[in-house]
Amino acid sequence: MAKRVMLIEDEPNIIEAISFILSREGLDVETHADGTTANDRLRARVPDLVILDVMLPGKSGYDILRELREDTATAGVPVLMLTARGQSRDREMAERSGVSAYMTKPFSNAEMLGQVRDLLASAV
Amino acid sequence: MAQEAEPPRGKPLVFLERQSYRRRRVIDAARVLPFVGLLLWLVPLLWRDEGTAAVRSSSAIIFLFGTWFVLVLAAAVLSWKLAAQAREPGGAGPGGLGD
Amino acid sequence: MLNTLVAVCSLYVLFLFAIAFAAERAAMRGQARWLRSPLVYTLSLSIYCTAWTFYGAVGSAVRSGFEYLAIYLGPSLALMGWWWILRKLVRIGRTQRLTSVADLISARYGKSNLLAVGVTILAVVGTTPYIALQLQSVTVSFEVFGVGDLFSGQETGYTALWVAAGLALFTVIFGTRNLDANERHNGVVMAIAVEAVVKLCALLAVGIFVVWGLSGGISGTLARIDASPLGEWRIDGGRWTGMIVLSGAAFLCLPRIFQVLVVENDNETHLRTASWAFPLYLGLMSLFVVPIAVTGLELLPAGSNPDLFVLTVPMSQGRDGLAVLSFLGGFSSATSMVIVAAIALSTMVSNHVVMPLFLRYAQSGATVSGDVRHVVLLARRLSIIGVVMLGYLYYRLSGGGAALASIGEVSFAGVAQVLPAMLGGIFWRGGSRIGALTGLTLGFGCWGYTLFLPSFGAGVLLPEAWLLDGPFGIGWLRPQALFGIAGIDPLLHTVFWSLTLNTGGFVLASLASFPGPLERLQGAQFVNVFEHSTGPRRWSGKVAQAEDLMIMAQRIMGARDAQALFEREAQRQGLGGTLPAPTPDFLETLERELAGSVGAATAHAMVGQIVGGMSVSVEELMAVADETAQLMEYSARLEAQSQELARTAAQLREANAKLTRLSVQKDAFLSQISHELRTPMTSIRAFSEILRDTEGLEPEAQNKYASIIHDEAVRLTRLLDDLLDLSVLENGQVNLNLRKGILADVLDRAVAAAAADEHGARVKIWCDPVAGEVWLDTDLDRLSQVFINLVANTRKYCDAAQPQLQIRVRPGARVVIDFIDNGSGLSPEAQDVIFEKFSRVSDQKAGGAGLGLAICRQIMTRLGGEISYLPGQGGAAFRVILPATYAAAAP
Repeated sequence: MAKRVMLIEDEPNIIEAISFILSREGLDVETHADGTTANDRLRARVPDLVILDVMLPGKSGYDILRELREDTATAGVPVLMLTARGQSRDREMAERSGVSAYMTKPFSNAEMLGQVRDLLASAV
Repeated sequence: MAQEAEPPRGKPLVFLERQSYRRRRVIDAARVLPFVGLLLWLVPLLWRDEGTAAVRSSSAIIFLFGTWFVLVLAAAVLSWKLAAQAREPGGAGPGGLGD
Repeated sequence: MLNTLVAVCSLYVLFLFAIAFAAERAAMRGQARWLRSPLVYTLSLSIYCTAWTFYGAVGSAVRSGFEYLAIYLGPSLALMGWWWILRKLVRIGRTQRLTSVADLISARYGKSNLLAVGVTILAVVGTTPYIALQLQSVTVSFEVFGVGDLFSGQETGYTALWVAAGLALFTVIFGTRNLDANERHNGVVMAIAVEAVVKLCALLAVGIFVVWGLSGGISGTLARIDASPLGEWRIDGGRWTGMIVLSGAAFLCLPRIFQVLVVENDNETHLRTASWAFPLYLGLMSLFVVPIAVTGLELLPAGSNPDLFVLTVPMSQGRDGLAVLSFLGGFSSATSMVIVAAIALSTMVSNHVVMPLFLRYAQSGATVSGDVRHVVLLARRLSIIGVVMLGYLYYRLSGGGAALASIGEVSFAGVAQVLPAMLGGIFWRGGSRIGALTGLTLGFGCWGYTLFLPSFGAGVLLPEAWLLDGPFGIGWLRPQALFGIAGIDPLLHTVFWSLTLNTGGFVLASLASFPGPLERLQGAQFVNVFEHSTGPRRWSGKVAQAEDLMIMAQRIMGARDAQALFEREAQRQGLGGTLPAPTPDFLETLERELAGSVGAATAHAMVGQIVGGMSVSVEELMAVADETAQLMEYSARLEAQSQELARTAAQLREANAKLTRLSVQKDAFLSQISHELRTPMTSIRAFSEILRDTEGLEPEAQNKYASIIHDEAVRLTRLLDDLLDLSVLENGQVNLNLRKGILADVLDRAVAAAAADEHGARVKIWCDPVAGEVWLDTDLDRLSQVFINLVANTRKYCDAAQPQLQIRVRPGARVVIDFIDNGSGLSPEAQDVIFEKFSRVSDQKAGGAGLGLAICRQIMTRLGGEISYLPGQGGAAFRVILPATYAAAAP
């Protein structure tokens, strides 16, 4: 059975690119563009990996991450955080908030794929 | 309290202590002297003044003036001692004699 | 004989004047060392021995045996016990610059003038008979020589008047040379010392003549004494004890003694010498009294006045020279007493009675100091004359009848009333003004009623019936048998009751009353004079000192603050009570606290005065108070300055906060730019890698991905354009291209440009026809840019099913152009931030980076107009206003 990845991202082009790359890897990709409803979807069906953008309409990626970690059902899910803000302050904040991995946009596809593979492997 | 406040004056402590002690005893003597005088001069109250047992005036004169001049002598000695101590560096200053 | 006597007397007076002048001149030239020797000080104390003792002692011995000795024993004990009382009195007198015994009482009890006046009256009443006594003795001694008919009664009266006038003159000349009563009267003191030698020599000479010339040496004399009526020891024990106590008390309180003992004291160590030398002097003065009395009784006819034996015994033996010497001794005794008493009393009268009255009635306010000096000197001179003449009047009126000794006793008992207040004042800090007043009033009243008034004789001042049955028949108030206890010697009766009532009243009233701050300060100064005054440098940390500091601190800081401070410090030192030990640490703390109120220098001086020794006079305290007032004013100015400083600081803080806000904005801006740039680049990079790396990609997908890359690249370019544009506008580097044009043309062009966008066709635009009549003189291209932005926003964000945009124009001094669509409009929160950079209403429709409206606002600011959101129009509405200068009517 294919591993399931939930992608929470608001930029349609980026969604398309990541979905393309991950589906070619044989993963199920479920995309979600709105921060406010993302958690409900997460609890409804816990994925094997969450790829999370920081700047989302409605709710920031950090808020979603915190709620996800507080809920016992989803606390163990690996999270790959994507951010378009390149400042060191943002990096520190991401590391403190308990992400599994962290990537700055733009990223190379191979690098992103490698991170996804690592996270999926460690989660098993 | 006052003893402790006595400032050191650069002399051996033992000597200083003794000097200070002597000075205090002289002052004690100066304090007691008037009471000794009063006591002596109240002695005539005990004398009888009637009949053959009455004290003769000559004896009274000798006693009263005798004690008087003895007391003057004692006062003079004390005064001299106090003055001598006041002049010494360990004693009180020239202005006087604090207690 | 009489002429010789008058000549000798005149020569002697001239001699005294010369001595006094010489002493004054020597002192003026600074050669006064020998004037200020302990010997001179001791001899000056001999004014205790007046004519009363010179003549009266022999009389007293004849009348009541050895009782006269008690009058000398009391002062002897007082001096031998100098360490207890006199030392303290002298030190207080020096540190407080006391001028009289009245000044002492007044200063101790809070500078109460009422007390000073009371003591002055007491002193005058007590001393006047005494002066009269001296005049009488001089007159009587003249009479002894003027045997025969040379003198009539009237002429003897003139003798007393001449003597009184001469003494007044001498005292005025030498007693009022200096204004400062505290300064030494060198001439007077020297003259008194010489007189002391004269009277001692005279009495000793007579005594030696009697013992060795008439009685055959010491043993012969003693034998004669034993054989005489005085041969047996015969005294009243009560009077013996009472007179020792009374004379000792009077010695401390007599104004003239206080004058020479304390006021004229130049060096405290002189007291040390006097402690033995003065008892010796008294012993010598009294040594030959009994022999002279016995010899007089033997040689002179019965009924001779024993008060004059000192004169009459040598005369009866034909020793006129000795008699004249003796006369000079008596004359010296009388004159020295009158001179010093007049000085002491005149100081009191002028300082405590005349000057306060003068100052009250000469209320010019700005009395110059020269005036007062003049008045003080005049008051003192007049007081001297007044005091001496009062004595003369008393002498004339009383007729000189009473025995000499009894007048002296009455006077002694009177002045002794000061004793409780004096001793209580220097040994007990609890003694209060009310207490002193009560004690003095009771004592003085009792003395006057039981001794002074009756001393004039029954029926003179007190009705005879009062003496016998009491006033209005009230038996227990009989003057000489108070409370029904009769049979006591009148003098002892008075001394006992007056001093008992006096002391009791003083103590009880003191216990019941609460002294004022000045009183308490002065009390501390007096009782602890050795801790305060200069003298042995002893930094003793006694509780009393801490209490003084407390009193002072309360005056400066207020009671509550001072007590809190002291308690805190005491706790810090680990002490239980409220008084900390005056350690250097504490003193420093206190000084700092005080400095907060009065300034550092003053605080230091004040603490130093208590810890370091100097006393604080009222004048100094007043000076401090003045200084405090000045400092208050100064600190008010400082406060104003500091308020200005505070304002500046607030402005600085504000500027700083603004900078911080700007810095935060800059960070946020950079972060935002980063995000806006990275997002399209992420897509571009991802798809370009997909195109490059994915094999066998379908052609449609390839096309789609390539066009995504293209779109994102365009988006990136537009973003960079906008950023550049905004940067230029914000930095004010924009060049305006001013042209004239019609508003309608600009709007048409903007609508057309916006419609070029593929999404734009749907929006219906309705434009106000007025726009065709409005001419503009502005940068038409920039204005057009604003309009395009607004129209494009409507296309992007208007959520109505049939989007419509109305453009309304209101011409006038300021042209107002409203863009109103039929969408749902903006929430109030969005309205607030819509013109900020990177603010977007909805990210999902993000066509741009959110810089459009920010740019519009910058443009309008450059053009001198404004753009704002117009709430309450149904849909989203923007208002553009062009300023008058750029809105021009058609040419």
